[in-house]
Amino acid sequence: MKGRTIGALVAGALFGVGLVVSGMTDPRNVIGFLDFSGHWNPRLVAVMAGAVGVHASLLALLGRAPRLRRIRPLLDRKRRIDGALVAGAAIFGVGWGLSGYCPGPALVSLGFGVRTAVAFVAAMIAGVVAAGLIRKRGRTPTGGCEMP
Amino acid sequence: MIDKAGMLMGFLGGALIGLAATLYFVATGRTAGVSGILGGALGRDREARGERIAFLAGLVGVGLLTAVVSSPAVANPYPLPLLVVAGVLVGFGTRLGGGCTSGHGVCGISRFSIASLIATATFIAAGAATVAIAHRLLASGVAP
Repeated sequence: MKGRTIGALVAGALFGVGLVVSGMTDPRNVIGFLDFSGHWNPRLVAVMAGAVGVHASLLALLGRAPRLRRIRPLLDRKRRIDGALVAGAAIFGVGWGLSGYCPGPALVSLGFGVRTAVAFVAAMIAGVVAAGLIRKRGRTPTGGCEMP
Repeated sequence: MIDKAGMLMGFLGGALIGLAATLYFVATGRTAGVSGILGGALGRDREARGERIAFLAGLVGVGLLTAVVSSPAVANPYPLPLLVVAGVLVGFGTRLGGGCTSGHGVCGISRFSIASLIATATFIAAGAATVAIAHRLLASGVAP
């Protein structure tokens, strides 16, 4: 296996451990965060603070490392703000609110062997493929796939 | 009453996610957005498919291992047909919008992307509105 493949595998595992430790694989914590009416659950705020705090700090440090100057410009590539961005985010938000699953926790829950997660992930893959087909027709200007 | 232990675990888990996102970026030069990685793994670009599949295998593998050593079996409390609809919306929406909670929420905000900030505010607002409406319907007995 190539070094970058091993790096990606370790990163995926570490990401999964983070999701389990943070409690984000439990849909009730997510729905509780989105429910501003009653007993609001602020845990997702702590998760985002930890994740953004660490990632932003490390990126700032890496930006100074000469060895990594090659990938530095990738950080500055930003996604265009358009209708697809907002419409896509809104559609995702509705699905997120209905299930308490976003893609990461859904995939970890698939590993748990939870029946509901298996159904969700199958449907999610169908949605991803559908979006890909629409984009291929060139009707929707979606742009940057992995570069927000 | 704030659940202090829960908040601490959330912060620690979040820090691990931030570390993982950095490792993925350094190893591959790509953003660690789960929906983008999934879309790329399913797409036609064969060049980077291996490392995307490796990331997804790590994610699912941790779920498998967790289920072996403990019983996390956190079943989703929502009815299956609803979850199928939600799954399609999540898959389609994240690809149309170019990111999910990790891609826009964690990685995008970490690099001060205004687009990601707008996307994150939008999906949180849409999610909150959906939960509020769903609760209203449940209370009035319209939905199951």
